[in-house]
Amino acid sequence: MAAFGIATGGGNWFSALALGVTFLKCLLIPTYHSTDFEVHRNWLAITHSLPISRWYYEATSEWTLDYPPFFAWFEYALSHVAKYFDQEMLNVHNLNYSSSRTLLFQRFSVIFTDALFVYAVHECCKCIDGNKAGKELTEKPKFILSVLLLWNFGLLIVDHIHFQYNGFLFGLMLLSIARLFQKRHMEGAFLFAVLLHFKHIYLYVAPAYDGSIRWSSFSFLRLISLGLMVFLVSALSLGPFLALDQLPQVFSRLFPFKRGLCHAYWAPNFWALYNALDKVLSVIGLQLKLLDPNKIPKASMTSGLVQQFQHTVLPSVTPLVTLICTLVAILPSIFCLWFKPQGPKGFLRSLILCALSSFMFGWHVHEKAILLAVLPMSLLSVGKAGDASIFLILTTTGHYSLFPLLFTAPELPIKILLMLLFTIYSISSLKTLFRKEKPLFNWMETFYLLGLGPLEVFCEFVFPFTSRKLKYPFIPLFLTSVYCAVGITYAWFKLYVSVLTDPPVGKTKKQ
Amino acid sequence: MEKWYLMTAVVLIGLTVRWTVSLNSYSGAGKPPMFGDYEAQRHWQEITFNLPIKQWYFNSSDNNLQYWGLDYPPLTAYHSLLCAYVAQLINPDWIALHTSRGYESQAHKLFMRATVLIADLLIYIPAVVLYCCCLKEISTKKKIANVLCILLYPGLILIDYGHFQNRYNSVSLGFALWGVLGVSCNWDLLGSLAFCLAVNYKQMELYHSLPFFCFLLGKCFKKGLKGKGFVLFVKLACTVLASFIICWLPFFTEREQTLQVLRRLFPDKVANIWCSFSVFLKIKDILPHHIQILISFCFTFLSLLPACIKLTLQPSPRVFRFTLILTLSFMLFKFKLSEIPREAEGTLVVSEVSCALSFFLFSFQVHEKSILLNDLLQFYFFIKPVCLVLSEIPFMSTWFLLVSTFSMVPLLLKDELLMPSVVTTMAFFIACATSFSIFEKTSEEELHLKSFSISVRKYLPRFTFLPRIIQHLFLISVITMVLLTLMTVTLDPPQKLPDLFTVLKSEENELALFPDVKNVNSAKRFCELLLCVNEIIILRIMDLHEEMEDGPVAPYF
Repeated sequence: MAAFGIATGGGNWFSALALGVTFLKCLLIPTYHSTDFEVHRNWLAITHSLPISRWYYEATSEWTLDYPPFFAWFEYALSHVAKYFDQEMLNVHNLNYSSSRTLLFQRFSVIFTDALFVYAVHECCKCIDGNKAGKELTEKPKFILSVLLLWNFGLLIVDHIHFQYNGFLFGLMLLSIARLFQKRHMEGAFLFAVLLHFKHIYLYVAPAYDGSIRWSSFSFLRLISLGLMVFLVSALSLGPFLALDQLPQVFSRLFPFKRGLCHAYWAPNFWALYNALDKVLSVIGLQLKLLDPNKIPKASMTSGLVQQFQHTVLPSVTPLVTLICTLVAILPSIFCLWFKPQGPKGFLRSLILCALSSFMFGWHVHEKAILLAVLPMSLLSVGKAGDASIFLILTTTGHYSLFPLLFTAPELPIKILLMLLFTIYSISSLKTLFRKEKPLFNWMETFYLLGLGPLEVFCEFVFPFTSRKLKYPFIPLFLTSVYCAVGITYAWFKLYVSVLTDPPVGKTKKQ
Repeated sequence: MEKWYLMTAVVLIGLTVRWTVSLNSYSGAGKPPMFGDYEAQRHWQEITFNLPIKQWYFNSSDNNLQYWGLDYPPLTAYHSLLCAYVAQLINPDWIALHTSRGYESQAHKLFMRATVLIADLLIYIPAVVLYCCCLKEISTKKKIANVLCILLYPGLILIDYGHFQNRYNSVSLGFALWGVLGVSCNWDLLGSLAFCLAVNYKQMELYHSLPFFCFLLGKCFKKGLKGKGFVLFVKLACTVLASFIICWLPFFTEREQTLQVLRRLFPDKVANIWCSFSVFLKIKDILPHHIQILISFCFTFLSLLPACIKLTLQPSPRVFRFTLILTLSFMLFKFKLSEIPREAEGTLVVSEVSCALSFFLFSFQVHEKSILLNDLLQFYFFIKPVCLVLSEIPFMSTWFLLVSTFSMVPLLLKDELLMPSVVTTMAFFIACATSFSIFEKTSEEELHLKSFSISVRKYLPRFTFLPRIIQHLFLISVITMVLLTLMTVTLDPPQKLPDLFTVLKSEENELALFPDVKNVNSAKRFCELLLCVNEIIILRIMDLHEEMEDGPVAPYF
């Protein structure tokens, strides 16, 4: 019924919101774009001008194709539109080519493929119950949710300024979640399998999908058909490369373990805290003369330039350790999902936990990966006050940690304004939604979130004008990632506690 | 206020849009020797910073008035000086005398854009927000929607942040709005002070001064000329005088100084305005210049006189706002005609005018709707057709503002601002359409009409089609605008003239314009002609509105 209401009567505001954000995206076209722009241009060129057998071997540019085959096909399809814009961008040897037409085409390709995301958000809005809706449109959970998803700060700056194709990928993910909510499990699983072959980062949340088989009325036939379907999708994607006997090469491209533990800018996760602790200990050690200054490796990891580094005091971390940590962190939530089935909401919770846990402990995590937890969390946030408070802490710190992605001066006002817009809106609207319940934040959380303001002022406005800028250029990044890591760890912990302590839905109903 | 966060969000959206537009190109970028308005603004900073105040408005070896000489009132000059001090701190090269001519760099662009944003943030935006908050009789939601639409008005954004006009429009408009706000909230002294600042920032604001004067005078009359009214009058006079004297103080030292500034502010080129009337009549050939100027002034004054007398007799904020619109509309009519010979200058003037119009129109429609619907529609059904037009003010004003933005397309194309202008215009349209649901309003009115249809047919049956006709007109004009924009972008104008001709022809039936069409030989001018027609039609409807304005008031006495 509610869905019907949206489709007919209240559909107007949704299209206005979607159109509004689309116009904003169009206005962002002339902004700075990162090397990812060149990456995707190069992939267009590779897929367009080379045979399939060369796709995963081509290495003229340093930005080799390292996404799964479906994404390559996606670029292939795009390239057939691109040739009408500018033939030159499809030349593999045209490195760093960027004409105004290329720019327009690439930017618009992101904006257009976002249509899938908009559709997915529309579907997601149908899934949440609008029973406790206020009379005002702006106080309805559906409205709030669609603003939180459509106008998501992280997605806007990562896709439309920094340049990536996350929009339609997240669209697939949200759509698959929506299908699970609508009890169309096969479709949901199918969409997710497809998504995995678009971008393998979503493997992080795959365990939650495994767990979801349990509550979706487990049966042997179902398992078989699911397995068959996943197999077919994989065959479609990887089959050609298997036939060409290139599978090892594809996998070596997809999973490069040669990079360091942390990205040049530390993603705000557990390892950021670990590194920071190591740094602090080494400084203390030097002060107290417990460490020999000559033994400390010169290539200090905080300089942000070196990817392979050694810890001074604490033991160094290997990929295997991170893998074990991640698995250990994920397991409880999967067990929880398996033995305490809580319906789609429980699945969503464990999906977010998977995403967050792998973000916390993963090897060479990008700060952008936080969106993997933020977007599904938006769905939860409009349902329960406790979730809303976790969501707000996670989102605000997670989004703030994206700030270093945009370091150019013209984009500074944009990121601050958009961040303020999203943060003020999300906090105030959720507060209004749950005004009858206890306050969303305790004093400590409020203090922490308010601290982001002075941090930003220090990092962007004060520090660059001080004399220490040349000596310690990495200080702003270091502070940002450590400060945000605290918040994200806290949110992760709080979410875990809430998942483990919550009674299963089924039991509460029986009582 | 309960919904403060939505208001904040709306303001932030406005700011974001402004800044994203400012990432685009500006007028005269990389076009020596004169560059554009951007360079003018930078040049003023250079002049005001390096020369003593006495030489600002004089031609000298250091100050070539032919090269973007200062031709705005002192407050603009002071603002330039202030910006120059900041520029000096960041990079002295930006304002070095002589050597900095045509200086362009990414950092400097950023600085100039930031000055506009800051001026906007300090003066214009607070005025808009406060103004909308002070509107009575409308819900909080409507107030927020109102702020959103005013802040998203593309004309002002594109001119200030894209084109970079050589005067911060938002400052003078903001001051004027503060003036309106003050006067309508009974803070008369504050209002008149703000308005004096606006006039001292940009002489264009003088056009608004008549309604201001009449309104305040009317207030004094109302309080009794012998008692409180006189005190108020003296206070107001003192405020105005004092603010003017303070602004002009450095130029009062010598008679020649003051005269020179005045000469710079009101040059002879005013004469051109009336010449352009030659589209209709060849007045240019018949009358000498100074008589033309005289006629133009008389016309403007006369056309305003009735409204001003009414305002003096009945100083209510509502009438005041309306008279303001009226001033603008007549001025617009006048300037509209002026723009045809002088493309760029003309469109700029139009843009300014329509910028000024935007918030009055918006406040007006929201304000008026309830009264008109309740009073007029139910009691005076014989004038209902016009009431329909009245209650369609959201519709009409959206239309008007869209057209006004469209009028700037040629100018914006020249500055490579097509993309942002198209996007912001569409965004504005969506914002208006959603927040005021303009299309639903018209059909709603039709329903109202049906309930009264019998009685209406008794008197003036054909008027029942008016709303529908207007709707169609709106659609046609929007489609034409889109088509013309597409054509100006994609086609080479001269060869394709016949096509434009037909489009124009089917669009409006203002045949009066056609005799001169042959003289107009570019698509851009066609756009402007089309605009004239469009806006004239809208203004006529507004005039009808004005006539009706007298209607409902009379029976109460």
